[in-house]
Amino acid sequence: MNAARPAANQMPKVHYLNVDYGIRSWLFTIDHKRIALLYLGSITLFFVLGGLFATAIRLELLTPAGDLFESETYNKMFTMHGVVMIFFFLIPSIPATLGNFLVPMMIGARDLAFPRINLLSWYIYTLGGLFTLFAILSGGVDTGWTFYTPYSSTYSNTNVMATAVGVFILGFSSILTGFNFIITIHKMRAPGLTWFRLPLFIWAHYATSVIMILGTPVVAIAIALVGLERLFHIGIFNPALGGDPVLFQHLFWFYSHPAVYIMILPSMGVISEIVCCFSRKKIFGYSFVAFSSIAIALLGFLVWGHHMFVSSQSMYAGMVFSILSFLVAIPSAVKVFNWTATMYKGSVMYNAPMLYAMGFIGLFTMGGLTGLFLSTLATDVHLHDTYFVVAHFHYIMVGGALMGYLGGIHFWWPKISGRLYPEAWARFSALIIFVGFNLTFFPQFILGYLGMPRRYHAYPPEFQVLNVMSTAGASILAVGYAIPLIYLFWSLRYGPAAGPNPWQAKGLEWQTSSPPPTHNFPETPVVTEEAYEYYPGAEAERV
Amino acid sequence: MDTLIHLAFWAMLQQGVPIVPERASSVAKQIDYLYYFLTGVTLFFSALIFSLVFYFAVRYRQRHPDERPQPIHGSLGLEVLWSAIPLGLTMVMFFWGAHLFYIVRTPPSDATQLYVVGKQWMWKIQHPEGQREINALHVPVGRPVKLTMTSEDVIHSFYIPAFRIKMDVLPGRYTELWFTATKAGTYHLFCAEYCGAKHSGMIGWVTVLEPADYEAWLSGAPAGESLEQAGARLFRQHNCHTCHEAGPTSRGPSLHEILGKQVRLASGETVVVDEGYLRESILQPNAKVVAGYESVMPTYQGQISEEGILQLIAYLKSLTRAEGKAQP
Amino acid sequence: MSDQATTLAPQFEGLAQQKESAIFGMWVFLVTEVMFFGGMFAGYTAYRYRFHEAFTAGSDHLNLLLGGVNTAVLILSSFTMAMAVHSAQLNRRRALIVFLVLTMLLGSTFLGIKAVEYSHKFHEHLLPGPAFQFEGADPQHAQLFFSFYFAMTGFHALHMVIGVALLAIMTWFAWRGRFSAEYYNPIEVSGLYWHFVDIVWIFLFPLLYLVGHHG
Repeated sequence: MNAARPAANQMPKVHYLNVDYGIRSWLFTIDHKRIALLYLGSITLFFVLGGLFATAIRLELLTPAGDLFESETYNKMFTMHGVVMIFFFLIPSIPATLGNFLVPMMIGARDLAFPRINLLSWYIYTLGGLFTLFAILSGGVDTGWTFYTPYSSTYSNTNVMATAVGVFILGFSSILTGFNFIITIHKMRAPGLTWFRLPLFIWAHYATSVIMILGTPVVAIAIALVGLERLFHIGIFNPALGGDPVLFQHLFWFYSHPAVYIMILPSMGVISEIVCCFSRKKIFGYSFVAFSSIAIALLGFLVWGHHMFVSSQSMYAGMVFSILSFLVAIPSAVKVFNWTATMYKGSVMYNAPMLYAMGFIGLFTMGGLTGLFLSTLATDVHLHDTYFVVAHFHYIMVGGALMGYLGGIHFWWPKISGRLYPEAWARFSALIIFVGFNLTFFPQFILGYLGMPRRYHAYPPEFQVLNVMSTAGASILAVGYAIPLIYLFWSLRYGPAAGPNPWQAKGLEWQTSSPPPTHNFPETPVVTEEAYEYYPGAEAERV
Repeated sequence: MDTLIHLAFWAMLQQGVPIVPERASSVAKQIDYLYYFLTGVTLFFSALIFSLVFYFAVRYRQRHPDERPQPIHGSLGLEVLWSAIPLGLTMVMFFWGAHLFYIVRTPPSDATQLYVVGKQWMWKIQHPEGQREINALHVPVGRPVKLTMTSEDVIHSFYIPAFRIKMDVLPGRYTELWFTATKAGTYHLFCAEYCGAKHSGMIGWVTVLEPADYEAWLSGAPAGESLEQAGARLFRQHNCHTCHEAGPTSRGPSLHEILGKQVRLASGETVVVDEGYLRESILQPNAKVVAGYESVMPTYQGQISEEGILQLIAYLKSLTRAEGKAQP
Repeated sequence: MSDQATTLAPQFEGLAQQKESAIFGMWVFLVTEVMFFGGMFAGYTAYRYRFHEAFTAGSDHLNLLLGGVNTAVLILSSFTMAMAVHSAQLNRRRALIVFLVLTMLLGSTFLGIKAVEYSHKFHEHLLPGPAFQFEGADPQHAQLFFSFYFAMTGFHALHMVIGVALLAIMTWFAWRGRFSAEYYNPIEVSGLYWHFVDIVWIFLFPLLYLVGHHG
């Protein structure tokens, strides 16, 4: 019920997918849509790999004793889970797939500003991925994804160098993507498309791109210095040779905190698009949502020290970082309220993308609020490096970012593939994911306050019940992720043709065929209305 | 969903499943109250958002494909309201948390001084009277205890959940932690910074004893020399006294009453002498030479262990006190 | 003369949009480079503040003459680069090529002098690592100084090498007649890159060479 009626349309005769055949036409493409699909394939593979590591972790944690793996192996499992999921899945996910596909289309352009650099960014991603795969397959790495020194620079005897090189290279892929988006959004908007008529997806990607270009180089240098230290036995972070291990933490977190905003902002952009479409309503508070993305991007650079409250950082520095961390939470709260208000007096439909979006709103709220426990100095002392932190960031990254990603994939699937996915299966998996997710991660909040540290291979027996609940949830979650993989592939062949605009959504991308032609639009569109003008000409209600 | 979580919580509490650890320090209760406040705010706003989303989804569900909802641009009043209220709440959290944090980070001046050396993968603890413990810590109820800690290798973190305290333990410098235990019992000690293979094995027990039992333990535990005595022995053994005994021709500055003193360095800067400076002076003597003295002090890196340095520091602290007592 | 129709890339609406995008693009890229070097500058600053004497002692071992000459060489190369851009604007192909070549020569001179400095350091056992030897009060922190010296000037030199290669490609294109007064984006963009690498050196030189050197 309440599903959008699909337009009974044929697929266009020639479109970006069938204009050219053969592996060369894909590997040497400069079409942003094909590049988006190249990325989609790669990040899906890495997601599965990261998921396998997660499975290993949760299986080991079923019992208190470390009886499934040796400690060294377990330590590699959680390290590689983190490295793969963060650098090779979450950071590129939405920007490199949905962003690459949609940014030019949403602004009425034929492609990004630098299509060859776009393709280069995928090759760089792949090269970084290969180095990291090599590191994983030839013995693994066990430093934790955070590479803290001096363990990573002096003591670990695992494949730190190869992993560091892989991540260093990957950083350039991120920088090039962000760089491309910034120039494109500034310079290539269609006539009439002023900044304040842009879809919020574009604002979100713009803010994300600013973070990508400013933050990534700093983690590059942090990792490069660790590499130099390992290679030449110099002592930049080694106190035995005069260095300071905490300097690494500053350089690392200066990027890695803004990095979490790289991971969540694009998702927020997706949610804005979906909520408006499936409430049939313009966003509530457009400029507030737009500016909140920018505010998050900028403020996000000022809070890195909240990862270091107990690292020997001074008490007063801690207070400064704490108060700034609270400030960065406010724009996120503003977004949540605005999305909710958009549904008020709307015309709400329960399609799968909307189910993902509603799940996002609730779970992101919980994840964000639990972040406040960690910005609060006194509670962070107790909770730092416990499972509470693990639960917090998984609520945001999995309950938030990943659900936004899945919602977006479903929402734009008809545009990307020209076909409709099976709605019933999609709603079913969304529900399974929601239930499985909460069962997996909610117990971890409790484990954290009870004192269970993270990165523990074995744990005291009183923590077992909650760990078993968590693993049970993970098995449900895995099923929830597997199902879309199957039916999305299935729909490529058997899904009904979608037509240009099956959701009757607003946005330039819906004004062209599904799938679109290579150059997106037969003629450059001209924009004359505001964003999300679902019922143009209607008088706006005063609140 | 949220209702389910509430129910699950309540059911767990009814069953006696703990959601907070035991409270065994003077700050634990206060931190738990702050935690409850944060939890309350979280549950309230989560429930609010979940309910609103659910309610709007049902109440305003599409009944007719041709429905035309009125667009609503926004409301400045609401935006201000739902920015101001979160801002107000977060500022309460900040000040409350910062206040407790200040307490947690400010040891009382009369705290008993213990020393902790962490290494892969064990904790070594030294009591002032000389008792040593490995992966165990015995303390009395009701007396403040200050731990000065360092690592021999990588970064570790000393964490006692029942006390709600934690501090990273770093190579090359000292960090501090303090607490007053309030309840006799045995509590977990965990390493809370990933440090390699046996990170999850770098755990132990903190035993809090009533004062009488603690005295009994102290006399029962094998002691040997006290920290100060050990430090004095090392001082003579490594010939520190040949340069540092007070006197006009002494090649090194006098070390009496040295802790807490402000000294002027050859570079022109002034530093306050603390444990970290003393450690650095023993291991890298030429990094911060005192003005008026030559850089002739040899380094003792590799000759004195981290525990040895802590013993020397305990000895130097005793010089301060002894001098004070000796004043006429 | 270059063919206008072939120089406009299909995603752009017109040459103006293409040119603006290219220039804006280079500025955004340079911002990332500022952050990259900035991380190293931040680390260096933190350590120099803490170990001032050792860093001064280390800096005394750097060759002020060679560093100074290199600074002059780079500033001159930025001038020849600016002249190259100017020549492109005025459609003077021969002058463009001459100035590009001069810039490359000056850049290579810089690299050559740098190589000489590095080899001196190697022979004086000042390369950080197991062979490091320093006669001074605080060899540990002096080694830290040299670690930063080599890391920062090394990454800078790497950027110079890339710059010289970039200019070689530009010279080739210029010789083939690719550029005109209407289309010389790549020259302008290369110029921005070259000036940036020059500016990084302008910061590196006093920071590394002039610690404690009082005139």
